[in-house]
Amino acid sequence: MTILLKYIKSFTLFELAKGLKLTISYFFKPKVTLNYPNQKGPISPRFRGEHALRRYPNGEERCIACKLCEAVCPAQAITIEAEPKPDGSRRTSRYDIDMTKCIYCGLCEEACPVDAIVEGPNFEYATETREELLYDKEKLLRNGDIWEKQISENLKRDSKYR
Amino acid sequence: MSSLSLEITLGVLKIFSFVVPVLVSVALLVYLERKVLGAIQLRKGPNVVGPFGILQSFADVLKLLTKENLLPSSSNKFLFIFAPMLTLILSLIAWAVIPISSTYVISNLNIGILYLFAVSSFGVYGVIIAGWASNSKYPFLGALRSAAQMISYEVSIGFVIITVLICVGSLNLTDIVESQKNIWFAIPLFPMFIIFIISALAETNRLPFDLPEDEATLVAGFFTEYSSISFGLFFLAEYANMILMSSLTVILFLGGWYPPIDIFPLNVIPGIIWFVLKVFLILFVFLWVRATFPRYRYDQLMRLGWKIFLPLTLVWVVLTSAFLFYFEMLPK
Repeated sequence: MTILLKYIKSFTLFELAKGLKLTISYFFKPKVTLNYPNQKGPISPRFRGEHALRRYPNGEERCIACKLCEAVCPAQAITIEAEPKPDGSRRTSRYDIDMTKCIYCGLCEEACPVDAIVEGPNFEYATETREELLYDKEKLLRNGDIWEKQISENLKRDSKYR
Repeated sequence: MSSLSLEITLGVLKIFSFVVPVLVSVALLVYLERKVLGAIQLRKGPNVVGPFGILQSFADVLKLLTKENLLPSSSNKFLFIFAPMLTLILSLIAWAVIPISSTYVISNLNIGILYLFAVSSFGVYGVIIAGWASNSKYPFLGALRSAAQMISYEVSIGFVIITVLICVGSLNLTDIVESQKNIWFAIPLFPMFIIFIISALAETNRLPFDLPEDEATLVAGFFTEYSSISFGLFFLAEYANMILMSSLTVILFLGGWYPPIDIFPLNVIPGIIWFVLKVFLILFVFLWVRATFPRYRYDQLMRLGWKIFLPLTLVWVVLTSAFLFYFEMLPK
C-alpha cells in the first residue's frame, strides 16, 4: 500500500508541486533589497568604520600622546611621535594610521583614555590609490571635525552599555 | 519582374515582422528571467537601466559587442566562428512555420510540425560543433552531454507530438490549432502536456536539465571558450529556442490564438495577443521551475528520459489511438 502511495505521489509530481508552491509564495513576498547608494541600512552606534581624531569643544586636540593605541594595535598600523608644546603640554607631532594595515578591531578606541582616537560611522572612503589610505594627523583631525556630531552622539548612545 | 521584386520585398518584410519581435522578446525574456529569479529569492533584480531596469538586456548586449572576440589558438577557427551562427540561424528559421494568428504565418507548410521537429533536432549540431571546435575539455564534455540529452528527450517529444497528431489528423500547425477550437488538448491529454513541458526544458538545456552548461562541473559547458558577441549569439539562440518551444507548447496544447472560453469580453481580444500571453505564461513556468529545482545528475536525466518518459508516452500513444478508434472519433 505504501509502495502504491509512493508511486502515486511520484507520478502526480506531488513533491515537485509542493516545491513550486513554496517558491511562488516567495515571489509575492516583499523584497529585502536595499538600493544601496540611495538607501542605506542602519548602523550600530558601536560600528567601527573610518578613524578620526577628536577635539575638545574649544578646539584643543584631545590626544595626549600617551601611545597606548600604538602599543595595543595588533596590526601595528599606528605610528606616533610626540614632543612638548610651548605651553608645557604633551602633544603629538605625528599621528599616522596605515589604513591598509588596520584590521578595524577597535582596540585603539578602547585603549584611549581621553576618547581622542575613535572609529566613526563612515565606511565609504574607498580610494583610487594606495597612498591615499596612509592617513596622517591632519587627515584624521579633519575626519574628526567632519564626523564629530555623529561620533559624539554614538558615544553617548553607547555609554550606558560600557 | 517588378511584381517579383515586390513579392520578395513583401516576403523579407514579413520575415522581419517575425524576427524582430522574436529578438526583442529575447531581450525581454532575459530581463524577465532576472526579475523573476530575483523576486523568488526576495531580491529586486535589475532596476537601474531604464524604467524598472527594462533596458538592462540592451545594455548587456552593448557591453558584449565592445568586448574582444577571443579565438583559442588551438581551436578550429572556421567551425569555432560558424557554430554560434548556425545555432542562432536554426533557432530563427524555425519561426517560418509558427502561426501566431489564424492567418499570420510566413509559410503555411502542410508538414509544419515535421519541419519544426527537424530544425530543433538540427540544433544540437551547433552545440556539438562549438564543443568540438573549441578543442578544450569542458566544452567537449558539454557537447557530448548535450547531444545525448537532446536525442533522448527528442524521442519522448516525438511520441507526444504523435499523440497530438492522432487527435488532429494533420501535420499543419494551423490545422492543429483550429482543431482545438472547442477544447484545448492540454485538458484531455494532460499527462502528455506535462511530459512535453518537461521535455522542452531538457531540449532547451534549461534547469533542472542544464547539464551541457553545468556551472558546477563544466564551467560554462559548450560555450566556455566563447567571448564577446559569439557568446552573445549562443545566449540569444538559447532564449530564442525557449520562446520557440513555449510557442510550440501553446500551439500543440493550449489552443494557439483561441481565448480560453468563447464568451464576449474574451473573444474580441485579437488572437495574437492571446498567443503572446500564453507563450509568456509558459515561459514564466520555465523560469519558475528554474528558480525551484536543483540540477539533475546525468544518470538521473537518462533514467527519466528512457525508463519513464519513453514507456509512458508509448503507452499513451497506444491508449489514445485505441480510444479514438473504439469510439470512432478518429479524424478523417
